Amino acid sequence: MKFGVVVFPGSNCDYDCYHVLKHVLDQPTEFVWHKDRDIAKFDCVVLPGGFSYGDYLRTGAIARFSPVMESVVKHAERGKLVIGICNGFQILLESGLLPGAMLRNQSLKFVCRFVHLRVENTATPFTRKTKKGEVLKIPVAHGEGNYFTDDETLTSLEKSGQVLVRYSDPLGRITADANPNGSLGNIAGICNLKRNVFGLMPHPERASEAELGSSDGVKIFKSILEIK
Amino acid sequence: MKAKVYVTLKKSVFDPQGKAVHQALSSLGFPEVRDVRVGKYIELELGQIDKTKAEQKIKSMCEKLLANTVIEEFKYDL
Repeated sequence: MKFGVVVFPGSNCDYDCYHVLKHVLDQPTEFVWHKDRDIAKFDCVVLPGGFSYGDYLRTGAIARFSPVMESVVKHAERGKLVIGICNGFQILLESGLLPGAMLRNQSLKFVCRFVHLRVENTATPFTRKTKKGEVLKIPVAHGEGNYFTDDETLTSLEKSGQVLVRYSDPLGRITADANPNGSLGNIAGICNLKRNVFGLMPHPERASEAELGSSDGVKIFKSILEIK
Repeated sequence: MKAKVYVTLKKSVFDPQGKAVHQALSSLGFPEVRDVRVGKYIELELGQIDKTKAEQKIKSMCEKLLANTVIEEFKYDL
Protein backbone atom coordinates (compact mmCIF):
# COMPACT_ATOMS: atom_id res chain seq x y z
CA MET A 1 0.00 0.00 0.00
CA LYS A 2 1.60 3.24 -1.11
CA PHE A 3 0.66 6.33 0.87
CA GLY A 4 0.99 9.99 -0.07
CA VAL A 5 0.72 12.52 2.75
CA VAL A 6 -0.24 15.93 1.38
CA VAL A 7 1.54 18.94 2.82
CA PHE A 8 -0.34 22.24 2.62
CA PRO A 9 1.17 25.46 3.92
CA GLY A 10 0.04 25.26 7.55
CA SER A 11 -0.33 21.47 7.81
CA ASN A 12 1.08 20.36 11.16
CA CYS A 13 0.12 16.69 11.50
CA ASP A 14 1.85 15.67 8.27
CA TYR A 15 4.93 14.31 10.04
CA ASP A 16 2.80 12.40 12.57
CA CYS A 17 0.90 10.67 9.75
CA TYR A 18 4.13 10.00 7.89
CA HIS A 19 5.72 8.56 11.03
CA VAL A 20 2.86 6.16 11.73
CA LEU A 21 2.58 4.94 8.14
CA LYS A 22 6.30 4.68 7.47
CA HIS A 23 7.77 3.65 10.81
CA VAL A 24 4.95 2.05 12.79
CA LEU A 25 3.31 0.26 9.85
CA ASP A 26 6.34 -0.01 7.60
CA GLN A 27 4.54 1.18 4.46
CA PRO A 28 6.06 3.06 1.51
CA THR A 29 5.08 6.65 2.29
CA GLU A 30 5.95 9.97 0.69
CA PHE A 31 5.10 13.59 1.27
CA VAL A 32 3.20 15.35 -1.52
CA TRP A 33 3.62 19.12 -1.77
CA HIS A 34 0.31 20.91 -2.36
CA LYS A 35 1.57 22.23 -5.70
CA ASP A 36 2.28 18.73 -7.03
CA ARG A 37 -0.30 17.27 -9.37
CA ASP A 38 1.03 13.81 -10.00
CA ILE A 39 -0.28 11.46 -7.35
CA ALA A 40 -0.97 8.51 -9.66
CA LYS A 41 1.45 6.20 -7.84
CA PHE A 42 -0.37 6.38 -4.51
CA ASP A 43 -3.04 3.94 -3.39
CA CYS A 44 -4.13 6.11 -0.51
CA VAL A 45 -3.84 9.88 -0.10
CA VAL A 46 -3.82 11.37 3.40
CA LEU A 47 -4.96 14.94 4.01
CA PRO A 48 -3.46 15.65 7.43
CA GLY A 49 -4.51 18.00 10.19
CA GLY A 50 -3.30 21.51 10.78
CA PHE A 51 -4.31 25.01 9.79
CA SER A 52 -3.90 25.05 6.02
CA TYR A 53 -3.66 28.63 4.75
CA GLY A 54 -4.12 29.85 8.32
CA ASP A 55 -7.79 28.77 8.22
CA TYR A 56 -8.41 32.04 6.39
CA LEU A 57 -12.01 32.65 5.28
CA ARG A 58 -13.13 29.20 6.48
CA THR A 59 -11.25 26.08 7.49
CA GLY A 60 -10.19 24.23 4.35
CA ALA A 61 -11.74 26.84 2.03
CA ILE A 62 -8.49 27.91 0.38
CA ALA A 63 -6.73 24.54 0.54
CA ARG A 64 -9.40 22.96 -1.62
CA PHE A 65 -8.19 25.11 -4.53
CA SER A 66 -4.58 23.91 -4.16
CA PRO A 67 -3.30 22.29 -7.37
CA VAL A 68 -3.02 18.89 -5.66
CA MET A 69 -6.72 18.87 -4.80
CA GLU A 70 -7.76 18.58 -8.45
CA SER A 71 -5.75 15.36 -8.57
CA VAL A 72 -7.17 14.21 -5.24
CA VAL A 73 -10.71 14.60 -6.61
CA LYS A 74 -9.78 12.52 -9.68
CA HIS A 75 -8.00 9.97 -7.47
CA ALA A 76 -11.23 9.62 -5.47
CA GLU A 77 -13.35 9.37 -8.61
CA ARG A 78 -11.20 6.46 -9.73
CA GLY A 79 -12.16 4.67 -6.51
CA LYS A 80 -8.78 5.05 -4.81
CA LEU A 81 -8.62 5.84 -1.13
CA VAL A 82 -8.57 9.25 0.55
CA ILE A 83 -8.53 9.86 4.29
CA GLY A 84 -8.85 13.37 5.70
CA ILE A 85 -8.04 13.94 9.34
CA CYS A 86 -9.22 17.06 11.19
CA ASN A 87 -8.26 19.92 8.84
CA GLY A 88 -8.11 17.22 6.15
CA PHE A 89 -11.77 16.41 6.87
CA GLN A 90 -12.63 20.11 6.64
CA ILE A 91 -10.90 20.26 3.24
CA LEU A 92 -12.88 17.21 2.05
CA LEU A 93 -16.11 18.97 3.05
CA GLU A 94 -15.12 22.20 1.30
CA SER A 95 -14.11 20.30 -1.83
CA GLY A 96 -17.45 18.51 -1.96
CA LEU A 97 -15.90 15.04 -1.73
CA LEU A 98 -17.93 14.63 1.46
CA PRO A 99 -21.28 16.31 2.26
CA GLY A 100 -21.86 18.90 4.98
CA ALA A 101 -19.84 21.65 6.62
CA MET A 102 -18.09 22.48 9.88
CA LEU A 103 -19.28 25.14 12.29
CA ARG A 104 -17.36 26.51 15.24
CA ASN A 105 -17.49 24.28 18.30
CA GLN A 106 -20.64 24.95 20.26
CA SER A 107 -18.51 25.92 23.29
CA LEU A 108 -16.56 28.37 21.08
CA LYS A 109 -13.46 26.81 22.62
CA PHE A 110 -10.65 24.87 21.02
CA VAL A 111 -11.03 21.31 22.32
CA CYS A 112 -7.88 19.23 22.73
CA ARG A 113 -8.32 15.97 24.62
CA PHE A 114 -8.96 12.24 24.33
CA VAL A 115 -12.49 11.32 23.30
CA HIS A 116 -14.24 8.01 22.74
CA LEU A 117 -15.62 6.96 19.39
CA ARG A 118 -18.13 4.24 18.72
CA VAL A 119 -17.64 2.43 15.43
CA GLU A 120 -20.94 2.39 13.53
CA ASN A 121 -20.02 0.59 10.32
CA THR A 122 -17.16 -1.87 9.82
CA ALA A 123 -17.85 -2.67 6.17
CA THR A 124 -15.51 0.02 4.83
CA PRO A 125 -11.81 0.14 3.89
CA PHE A 126 -11.20 2.38 6.92
CA THR A 127 -12.92 0.41 9.66
CA ARG A 128 -12.70 -3.25 8.64
CA LYS A 129 -10.19 -4.04 11.40
CA THR A 130 -12.62 -2.82 14.05
CA LYS A 131 -15.74 -4.42 15.45
CA LYS A 132 -19.19 -2.91 15.21
CA GLY A 133 -19.92 -1.02 18.43
CA GLU A 134 -16.25 -1.08 19.43
CA VAL A 135 -15.15 2.02 21.34
CA LEU A 136 -11.90 3.67 20.25
CA LYS A 137 -9.97 6.12 22.41
CA ILE A 138 -8.51 8.79 20.13
CA PRO A 139 -7.77 12.49 20.75
CA VAL A 140 -9.42 15.49 19.10
CA ALA A 141 -7.81 18.92 18.68
CA HIS A 142 -9.97 21.46 16.89
CA GLY A 143 -11.92 24.69 17.15
CA GLU A 144 -14.28 23.96 14.26
CA GLY A 145 -15.45 20.39 14.38
CA ASN A 146 -19.15 20.95 14.84
CA TYR A 147 -20.49 18.89 11.95
CA PHE A 148 -23.56 20.29 10.25
CA THR A 149 -25.69 19.34 7.29
CA ASP A 150 -29.31 19.68 6.24
CA ASP A 151 -31.90 17.17 7.47
CA GLU A 152 -32.20 15.46 4.12
CA THR A 153 -28.45 14.80 3.85
CA LEU A 154 -28.28 13.67 7.47
CA THR A 155 -31.06 11.15 6.90
CA SER A 156 -29.36 9.78 3.81
CA LEU A 157 -25.96 9.56 5.58
CA GLU A 158 -27.55 7.57 8.38
CA LYS A 159 -29.57 5.38 6.04
CA SER A 160 -26.66 4.43 3.84
CA GLY A 161 -24.30 3.70 6.71
CA GLN A 162 -21.96 6.59 5.94
CA VAL A 163 -21.54 7.61 9.57
CA LEU A 164 -18.51 5.53 10.54
CA VAL A 165 -17.67 6.91 13.97
CA ARG A 166 -19.67 8.80 16.58
CA TYR A 167 -18.60 10.51 19.82
CA SER A 168 -19.63 8.31 22.72
CA ASP A 169 -18.86 7.74 26.37
CA PRO A 170 -16.31 5.02 27.28
CA LEU A 171 -19.14 2.47 27.25
CA GLY A 172 -20.25 3.39 23.77
CA ARG A 173 -23.33 5.34 24.78
CA ILE A 174 -24.12 8.30 22.52
CA THR A 175 -24.73 11.17 24.92
CA ALA A 176 -24.65 14.97 24.75
CA ASP A 177 -21.86 15.01 27.37
CA ALA A 178 -19.70 12.83 25.13
CA ASN A 179 -20.04 15.28 22.24
CA PRO A 180 -17.00 17.60 22.34
CA ASN A 181 -18.19 20.12 19.75
CA GLY A 182 -21.95 19.99 19.18
CA SER A 183 -21.83 17.85 16.02
CA LEU A 184 -25.21 16.70 14.68
CA GLY A 185 -25.90 13.15 15.80
CA ASN A 186 -22.51 13.08 17.61
CA ILE A 187 -20.94 12.54 14.20
CA ALA A 188 -17.13 12.29 14.34
CA GLY A 189 -16.44 10.83 10.91
CA ILE A 190 -18.26 10.05 7.66
CA CYS A 191 -17.45 8.42 4.35
CA ASN A 192 -18.82 8.96 0.85
CA LEU A 193 -21.39 6.70 -0.77
CA LYS A 194 -18.66 4.74 -2.59
CA ARG A 195 -16.87 4.23 0.76
CA ASN A 196 -13.44 5.23 -0.55
CA VAL A 197 -13.27 8.72 0.99
CA PHE A 198 -13.27 9.06 4.77
CA GLY A 199 -13.10 12.20 6.89
CA LEU A 200 -12.88 12.36 10.66
CA MET A 201 -12.12 15.04 13.21
CA PRO A 202 -10.23 12.87 15.77
CA HIS A 203 -6.54 12.12 15.17
CA PRO A 204 -5.85 8.38 14.78
CA GLU A 205 -2.17 9.19 14.04
CA ARG A 206 -1.83 10.60 17.55
CA ALA A 207 -3.10 7.37 19.06
CA SER A 208 -1.19 4.73 17.12
CA GLU A 209 1.44 3.78 19.69
CA ALA A 210 0.85 2.67 23.28
CA GLU A 211 3.44 5.20 24.53
CA LEU A 212 1.06 7.96 23.47
CA GLY A 213 -1.77 6.78 25.72
CA SER A 214 -3.70 4.73 23.16
CA SER A 215 -2.99 2.69 20.08
CA ASP A 216 -6.63 2.44 19.01
CA GLY A 217 -6.01 4.79 16.08
CA VAL A 218 -3.73 2.34 14.35
CA LYS A 219 -6.76 0.12 13.68
CA ILE A 220 -7.96 2.66 11.15
CA PHE A 221 -4.63 2.63 9.29
CA LYS A 222 -4.38 -1.15 9.54
CA SER A 223 -7.86 -1.42 8.02
CA ILE A 224 -6.57 0.47 4.98
CA LEU A 225 -3.69 -2.00 4.60
CA GLU A 226 -6.14 -4.85 4.11
CA ILE A 227 -7.10 -3.47 0.71
CA LYS A 228 -5.14 -5.06 -2.06
CA MET B 1 -16.20 49.64 -8.81
CA LYS B 2 -16.30 48.48 -5.24
CA ALA B 3 -18.42 45.54 -4.11
CA LYS B 4 -19.41 44.95 -0.50
CA VAL B 5 -20.16 41.33 0.26
CA TYR B 6 -21.88 40.16 3.44
CA VAL B 7 -21.69 36.50 4.42
CA THR B 8 -23.80 35.23 7.32
CA LEU B 9 -24.86 31.88 8.69
CA LYS B 10 -28.25 30.75 7.39
CA LYS B 11 -31.16 31.32 9.74
CA SER B 12 -31.56 27.58 10.20
CA VAL B 13 -27.96 27.27 11.40
CA PHE B 14 -27.21 27.85 15.07
CA ASP B 15 -24.64 30.63 15.57
CA PRO B 16 -22.73 30.03 18.83
CA GLN B 17 -20.64 33.16 18.29
CA GLY B 18 -23.76 35.30 17.90
CA LYS B 19 -25.21 33.74 21.02
CA ALA B 20 -22.08 34.53 23.05
CA VAL B 21 -22.12 38.14 21.83
CA HIS B 22 -25.84 38.36 22.64
CA GLN B 23 -25.20 37.18 26.20
CA ALA B 24 -22.35 39.66 26.58
CA LEU B 25 -24.55 42.52 25.35
CA SER B 26 -27.31 41.50 27.77
CA SER B 27 -24.92 41.48 30.71
CA LEU B 28 -23.57 44.87 29.61
CA GLY B 29 -27.07 46.30 30.02
CA PHE B 30 -28.56 46.10 26.55
CA PRO B 31 -31.68 44.01 27.20
CA GLU B 32 -33.35 45.32 24.04
CA VAL B 33 -31.15 43.09 21.87
CA ARG B 34 -33.33 40.17 20.78
CA ASP B 35 -30.84 38.22 18.72
CA VAL B 36 -27.31 38.50 17.35
CA ARG B 37 -25.85 36.90 14.24
CA VAL B 38 -22.16 37.31 13.51
CA GLY B 39 -20.98 37.27 9.92
CA LYS B 40 -18.23 38.38 7.57
CA TYR B 41 -17.87 41.56 5.56
CA ILE B 42 -15.68 41.45 2.46
CA GLU B 43 -14.74 44.38 0.22
CA LEU B 44 -13.80 43.73 -3.38
CA GLU B 45 -12.17 46.30 -5.63
CA LEU B 46 -13.29 45.40 -9.14
CA GLY B 47 -11.89 48.14 -11.38
CA GLN B 48 -13.77 49.03 -14.60
CA ILE B 49 -16.60 46.59 -15.03
CA ASP B 50 -20.17 46.67 -16.24
CA LYS B 51 -22.67 46.37 -13.37
CA THR B 52 -24.57 43.33 -14.68
CA LYS B 53 -21.32 41.54 -15.36
CA ALA B 54 -20.04 42.47 -11.89
CA GLU B 55 -23.15 40.99 -10.29
CA GLN B 56 -22.70 37.73 -12.18
CA LYS B 57 -19.05 37.54 -11.18
CA ILE B 58 -19.70 38.29 -7.52
CA LYS B 59 -22.44 35.70 -7.35
CA SER B 60 -20.04 33.15 -8.79
CA MET B 61 -17.26 34.19 -6.38
CA CYS B 62 -19.61 33.80 -3.43
CA GLU B 63 -20.84 30.40 -4.53
CA LYS B 64 -17.36 29.11 -5.29
CA LEU B 65 -15.33 30.54 -2.45
CA LEU B 66 -16.53 33.46 -0.35
CA ALA B 67 -19.50 31.63 1.17
CA ASN B 68 -20.10 27.98 1.95
CA THR B 69 -23.69 27.62 0.84
CA VAL B 70 -24.22 24.55 3.02
CA ILE B 71 -24.22 26.81 6.08
CA GLU B 72 -24.00 30.39 4.84
CA GLU B 73 -25.94 32.88 2.74
CA PHE B 74 -24.62 36.01 1.12
CA LYS B 75 -25.74 39.38 -0.19
CA TYR B 76 -23.84 42.18 -1.82
CA ASP B 77 -23.97 45.89 -2.62
CA LEU B 78 -22.32 47.49 -5.60
